[in-house]
Amino acid sequence: MRHIISLLLENEAGALARVAGLFAARGYNIEALTVAPTEDPTVSRMTIVTRGDERIIEQITKQLNKLIDVIKLLDISGADHIERELMLLKVRTHNGYDREEIKRLSDIFRGRIIDVTACSYVIEMTGDSAKLDAFLANLTPGQIIEVVRSGPTGILRGERGLHL
Amino acid sequence: MVFRVFRVELSGAEIVVQALKDEGVEFIFGYPGGAVLHIYDALFGQEDVKHVLVRHEQGATHMADGYARATGKPGVVLATSGPGATNLVTGIATAYMDSIPMVVLTGQVPTPVIGSDAFQECDTVGITRPCVKHNFLVKDRRKLAETIKKAFHIATTGRPGPVLVDIPKDITDPNVKVPYHYPETISLRSYKPKVKGNPRQIKKAAELILQARRPMIYAGGGVILGEAAPELTEFTRLLGFPITLTLMGLGGYPGTDRQFLGMLGMHGTYEANMAMHECDVLIAIGARFDDRVTGKLDAFCPYAKIVHIDVDPASIAKNVPVDIPIVGQVKPVLTDLIAELKASGKKPDADALAAWWQQIERWRAVDCLRYDRESPLIKPQYVIEQLWEATRGEAYVTSDVGQHQMWVAQYYKFDRPRHWINSGGLGTMGFGMPAAIGVKLAHPDSDVVCVTGEASIQMCIQELSTALQYKTPIKIVNLNNRYMGMVRQWQEFTYESRYSHSYMDTIPDFVRLAEAYGHVGMRIEKPEDVRPALDEAFRMKDRLVFLDFITDRTENVYPMVEAGKAQHEMRLPPWINVDRELA
Repeated sequence: MRHIISLLLENEAGALARVAGLFAARGYNIEALTVAPTEDPTVSRMTIVTRGDERIIEQITKQLNKLIDVIKLLDISGADHIERELMLLKVRTHNGYDREEIKRLSDIFRGRIIDVTACSYVIEMTGDSAKLDAFLANLTPGQIIEVVRSGPTGILRGERGLHL
Repeated sequence: MVFRVFRVELSGAEIVVQALKDEGVEFIFGYPGGAVLHIYDALFGQEDVKHVLVRHEQGATHMADGYARATGKPGVVLATSGPGATNLVTGIATAYMDSIPMVVLTGQVPTPVIGSDAFQECDTVGITRPCVKHNFLVKDRRKLAETIKKAFHIATTGRPGPVLVDIPKDITDPNVKVPYHYPETISLRSYKPKVKGNPRQIKKAAELILQARRPMIYAGGGVILGEAAPELTEFTRLLGFPITLTLMGLGGYPGTDRQFLGMLGMHGTYEANMAMHECDVLIAIGARFDDRVTGKLDAFCPYAKIVHIDVDPASIAKNVPVDIPIVGQVKPVLTDLIAELKASGKKPDADALAAWWQQIERWRAVDCLRYDRESPLIKPQYVIEQLWEATRGEAYVTSDVGQHQMWVAQYYKFDRPRHWINSGGLGTMGFGMPAAIGVKLAHPDSDVVCVTGEASIQMCIQELSTALQYKTPIKIVNLNNRYMGMVRQWQEFTYESRYSHSYMDTIPDFVRLAEAYGHVGMRIEKPEDVRPALDEAFRMKDRLVFLDFITDRTENVYPMVEAGKAQHEMRLPPWINVDRELA
């Protein structure tokens, strides 16, 4: 099962290494990891996407909680939540047909073209990871110059939140 | 009129020493070098913190560790950058695996050259990160005192463990002074260990315990670390239940008591492992279901509902699913549980318990620890039994790792906590002798014995020199079988006696070696000389005595649950036929 774990941790040098090291040392899987400071500059928010059965996810959350730098964490995939990932995508547009087709497809997926040259587009798109995967599946490999994905971030719906 | 607030201004080096004094540190185990010279200069000429100069930094960590295990106070270590720090790693990992409170201070190259591959530079914080409870790199001397306070706080609370503070040389510059304030207490928003157990869980546990028909108590190192031996004893006697202890828990309940079934696990007693296998309610207290205890996981305690008390939530349900988890320190949880049981006014079913004890006594009658007492060779078990008698069971005993360690665990019946000091989790050869020095510094008037083997002792043998300098007259009991005994045993059992590199063709003359280091050496080759030699050694109160016992080469540790087997599938010694014994 795929899980999204959100953490608040001290914005200290080495905190990221402690989290990454824990996953490596205990053989847990990290599919994606994002981290940035919050409105309080002493606190960072991290989102980890991982996979495992219930027992492994329980161990992951307990071991993360044990790290001194981790203030709070929540497995948001267990509750009603919103997940978003940002993708920047550069594609080849050699002819008019490609340009039209990719523009149309990008509109359908609510992407925005943010850079244009004679033979390329840069498309900005956000959504959950599955939507970004679906968009990519509609392109041929030859069309793609590069793909940059931020990894998912997430937040709970409603009033409840992960805060200090 | 002008009032001036008096503020002490200290250099970074002076802050380190003053913080140790304010923390009440008695001993610091260390070795000087370039990056810590400012700190060593600040240590010079003061008497409050006594520095113990080791011969290798690994020895410093084991001494601090032994001191911590014997006292409950954190052990403190000081070493320089680079090789000084890397030499500490084995000892830090040893303390980490056994949850021993330790504060390690290391020097680092000056801040401006960090990352430039400077002389004696290494990423100490990075190298030690996976084997410490937490670590710090100090980049601002104004935060130095507070960081040291945090280190002591984290090391000694919750599930204890080693904490390292890496201090670049420029931070300890004697010419730059800053105001000094050592906080009395500290609170970290990200670290709030639980103390008391959840009352609802405790109530549920009490109900389950009262319904038990074949109960078993399984307690571990958490009882020792949590100072909960009196509560465990009261709890066990109140219920009249059988109890077993892990390697780390020995001494947490009197080893000579009838309710004690001996150690459990890979080299546990027959009765302890059988009772574990057959029990219907298992009460796990400050123990972590280590693989050396459980054997094959899917066959572990198949009939039992399990209550698990532990201060570390991550230890609960890590290896074995648990029915009633209680997160909290063992001492307050047991206190509340005892109160709950007394308040209920109920007792477990007396008839069921009596029948259970009858079954246990049949297992106990197998007498699984019996060995050949008529042998013309010195049996290692005999040496430990005689050591127990010679010290009236009251000595502090450290060990290294291997067969000798298991024989102490089986034959030295520890009645009190903090007297059995060994590397259980990491299994560090070379631990025993330096640990014994740390214990002896803490308890100069008690007998302190290091039981070791001729392989283990050579791993930190250089600390014999430290022992002389600091007048720590420990006794070393070397069970010399000219083999790495445990390796040889596994090779006999599972590799058809192909003894691949498990013996040394050359072994030093330990008597002369001890003498070369300024101590007394004795070699004992006959069983009848064992006790007189021990008595003579213990009469030499002010000398370190190295007793080199030439033991039976082929003796094995029994019983044994071989790797991959279930806990009740024990290999007993060839001279015991269980079926006949039980018939």
